[in-house]
Amino acid sequence: MEREVSGMRKYYESGKTKEASWRESQLKGLRSALMEKEEDILKALKQDLGKHHVEAFRDEVGILGRSIDVALKSLRRWMAGREAKLPKIAVLSRADIVPEPLGLVLIMSSWNFPFGLSLEPLIGAIAAGNAAVLKPSEMSPACSSLLATILASYLDNNAIKVFQGGPQLGQQLLCQKWDKIFFTGSAQVGRIVMSAAAQHLTPVTLELGGKCPAVVDSLSASWDTQVAAKRIVSAKYGSCAGQACIAIDYVIVERNFAPVLVESMKAWINKMFGENPKENNSVARVVNKQHFSRLKNLLDYPEAKNSLVFGGSMDEDSLFIEPTILVDPPLESEIMREEIFGPLLPIITVEKIEDSIQFIKSRPKPLAIYAFTNNKTLQRRMSSETSSGSIVFNDAIVQYVADTIPFGGVGGSGFGKYHGKFSFDTFSHEKAVMQRSFYTDFWFRHPPWTLNKFQLLQAAYNLDYFGMLLVLLGLKKTRRYSIWAAM
Amino acid sequence: MDSLCFSSFLSGSHSNFCVLRSSPASPVGSSRAFFYNRLNSKSFQKQIHFNHRCVGFYSLSCSATLSVTPEVEEKQAFDAEKANLLVKELRKSFNSGRTKSYEWRISQLESIAKMLEEKEKDITDALQKDLSKPAFEAFISEVSQVKSSCSEAIQELKHWMKPEKVKTSITTYPSSAEIVSEPLGVVLVISTWNFPFLLSMDPVIGAISAGNAVVLKPSEISPATSSLLANLLTEYLDNSAIRVVEGAVPETTALLEQKWDKILYTGSARVGRIVMSAAAKHLTPVILELGGKCPGVVDSNINLQVAARRIIGGKWACNAGQACISVDYIITKREFAPTLINALKVELEQCFGKNPMESKDMSRIVSPSHFGRLVKLLEEDKVSDKIVLGGQKDESKLKIAPTILLDVPDDSTVMQEEIFGPILPILTVDNLEESFDIIRSKPKPLAAYLFTNDEQLKKDYVQNISSGGMLINDTILHVATKGLPFGGVEESGMGSYHGKFSFDGFSHKKSVLYRSFDADSTIRYPPYTPQKEKLLKAVISGNIFQIILSLINGVV
Repeated sequence: MEREVSGMRKYYESGKTKEASWRESQLKGLRSALMEKEEDILKALKQDLGKHHVEAFRDEVGILGRSIDVALKSLRRWMAGREAKLPKIAVLSRADIVPEPLGLVLIMSSWNFPFGLSLEPLIGAIAAGNAAVLKPSEMSPACSSLLATILASYLDNNAIKVFQGGPQLGQQLLCQKWDKIFFTGSAQVGRIVMSAAAQHLTPVTLELGGKCPAVVDSLSASWDTQVAAKRIVSAKYGSCAGQACIAIDYVIVERNFAPVLVESMKAWINKMFGENPKENNSVARVVNKQHFSRLKNLLDYPEAKNSLVFGGSMDEDSLFIEPTILVDPPLESEIMREEIFGPLLPIITVEKIEDSIQFIKSRPKPLAIYAFTNNKTLQRRMSSETSSGSIVFNDAIVQYVADTIPFGGVGGSGFGKYHGKFSFDTFSHEKAVMQRSFYTDFWFRHPPWTLNKFQLLQAAYNLDYFGMLLVLLGLKKTRRYSIWAAM
Repeated sequence: MDSLCFSSFLSGSHSNFCVLRSSPASPVGSSRAFFYNRLNSKSFQKQIHFNHRCVGFYSLSCSATLSVTPEVEEKQAFDAEKANLLVKELRKSFNSGRTKSYEWRISQLESIAKMLEEKEKDITDALQKDLSKPAFEAFISEVSQVKSSCSEAIQELKHWMKPEKVKTSITTYPSSAEIVSEPLGVVLVISTWNFPFLLSMDPVIGAISAGNAVVLKPSEISPATSSLLANLLTEYLDNSAIRVVEGAVPETTALLEQKWDKILYTGSARVGRIVMSAAAKHLTPVILELGGKCPGVVDSNINLQVAARRIIGGKWACNAGQACISVDYIITKREFAPTLINALKVELEQCFGKNPMESKDMSRIVSPSHFGRLVKLLEEDKVSDKIVLGGQKDESKLKIAPTILLDVPDDSTVMQEEIFGPILPILTVDNLEESFDIIRSKPKPLAAYLFTNDEQLKKDYVQNISSGGMLINDTILHVATKGLPFGGVEESGMGSYHGKFSFDGFSHKKSVLYRSFDADSTIRYPPYTPQKEKLLKAVISGNIFQIILSLINGVV
């Protein structure tokens, strides 16, 4: 492995990956891979996570295709950098911000969206001109090995490689020197990644999770309630069965409105996933036994169990958990302290919907906050008083698709951002480049220091061109005797 | 001459000190007084063997503070517990939401501007004490930089704070989106001794602009500036949200154990690693401003006089080379080296006179330990016979003359470590393109300089050399240029600041997406049908034509 990594670094240093044409060819290669291997990809996702193929297309393949198109379309513009405006005193100078690749980067992705969370950062890494190693998660083995084969046959293997393996490989990789590490996963592993990165002064982007709340106002129109319930149900159970870092973790609602919402949600669950979601394969399964028993334990907590109002059935053999709703499980129970990451949805009731703000503020900053409300004041308060990676009003999860806004966490939900141009920036160093000519050299910049030079400098720094003229003509009064006296 | 200089220095410092102590507006708490005292007594030890007059000054300050806090010293060590209380207190202020308001931010920035006007002399005096930094150099490279940074922030703040509206695509139609800059929370700024005022205040201005509560830990190696900062910030700013903690390793360790929402550290790569490891425990993002060996490539087709002056400006006139963006070494063509050295010699004499050791226009070395380190670089076997200019040193004054070395071997310490002092090795090559390999064989520097009129060479340099920043035909200026980010890459650090970049560095960019309940298309939701699948594909790829086609073919 070490030999391969150092080979990649050599290749990077040859400058090949910096060429715009190389970047374009790789992005195009990735796009053909997605198109030609779409069926295999959907199959692998089915195998690892039981994702319905339309869901898999919507959440992974489809979005990736769009991201590649955006990158291809914008690449030259992104690469061109931008010019910084200079003040008049800097005559005959020019300043630019030139993006340059960081070098050899490591992407460690997660099992819940094994293609999306691997390739979305990879698109950024390639667009920015880096060489990249991808370590997909060993917990979604079919997807990992498919990624390895696809990338090997469609991309330039001198610069882009997939390493498959578990935590041990992860450790080995982290011992290497990288120019950037992009990690998606848990806070616990995030700490390990960042500590390892510190040894080599490697910048990191950490995409973690957190308990993302959805606040639902007491909506007056029944249409609005229907839409809200539908979007919540879809965002919770319809995207990898709640195993998503931006999935709704719990709902906050006013006590009086809770029954209305719950009833509506129940109806939508039936409508969307059918009477028997396990049989008709409309909800993804839990990734593995370990996570299954973790979720089972969350629900087995006695007081949590008592709060169950819908669903709750589980099948260990097929790792399937039915869409489940709980109302007011105790706040100190595991289910309200840990990120759930599964198809269990606690609904917490409050007296007044405004109380939700304090509720959210008293917990770690989540990756996303969702608020279903038409109340503009509440919207404004929610946005300005809480902190989260993103905040979405009246919908959920769709922010992942919007490539014009950054995707990333804050506080406990991580740091750094990507998607669209932000991915390019994440994998670039913005080099400040300034060019000067020899024609204008202000003698007053250099020692030996005199009062006259001092005054000129002051005027120059204040961009006080008239003042400079006065000093030059000897017309300016000095007020700075003190410093002279001290000399 | 010398004695005259020092006695006036002494009296100036003394009066400055009195002003600070007697200021009734300054609520110097007992803990602050303690640090004041402790640091001064520590620096007292340090200074004792290099300057007797300084001893006089420091003992004076010690006696002034001793009477106030003799017993406090035992109890009030700044440990993790104290640090924890401090952060809690600041977090409480932050959570109250006060620091988020435009009014609070602008009031703090305006106080800084006022402080800069009123205390300019105290600041240059402190820098004089810590580094013998000439008042003018102190003004140019520190005070005025902070001033312009502060006035830019005041001027631009409203604009920076405004949410950025962005377009959304058809995929999420109908919707509107914006990117909101929100403060991160309670942040820590650890600064350093070479530009102790600038490198403290510039990040603090950024942290305040972005609406954070902030703790500043100035360097104990520049004690006068450190205690001045502690006093000034206490006097001028809102202490419920902005604090200074003075101290050395134990205090920094105590601070690093706390949970911060951002840490900006300026200093060495070695400590940078420690800071980042500590930050990892709390998942705290960091900005690391480190250094590195900044190369200067000098072509032969240039205006030599101007180039030589600018190299001097970026080396010896810049805190005696003790700057992270200082020119560390020069690469030039073999046959051009004598000409360049001669030009540097002539211009150096213009700047610092015939006897540079007596010049007041060049800073001294900050401490005996750094002095010793630099002397060692010069005394190395492979190096000592390569001195072509300078080489004089005076341990009692901590001064080293502008020194040029010609063609030292690459494995010498002076070419392996960041020099951070008035020593300039010049390497020669047959062909300037060879310089690329030399630079690239070393870790990426914070700045890279090039002097040439050859457009192709400029282009190649920009294209092939990776560094934090880059300046063609001048030195250092790019750092003072509005609109350019300042920050390193790889070993020279990560993250950037200055102006808007400071604001961004201390902000979280929150995505805010607004959707309405109207126009809810069913294709997003299960149960999935083949028609839905088709339409979904069209919508995600953003192709309107396909969408219409799918609709005509009868979906919904």
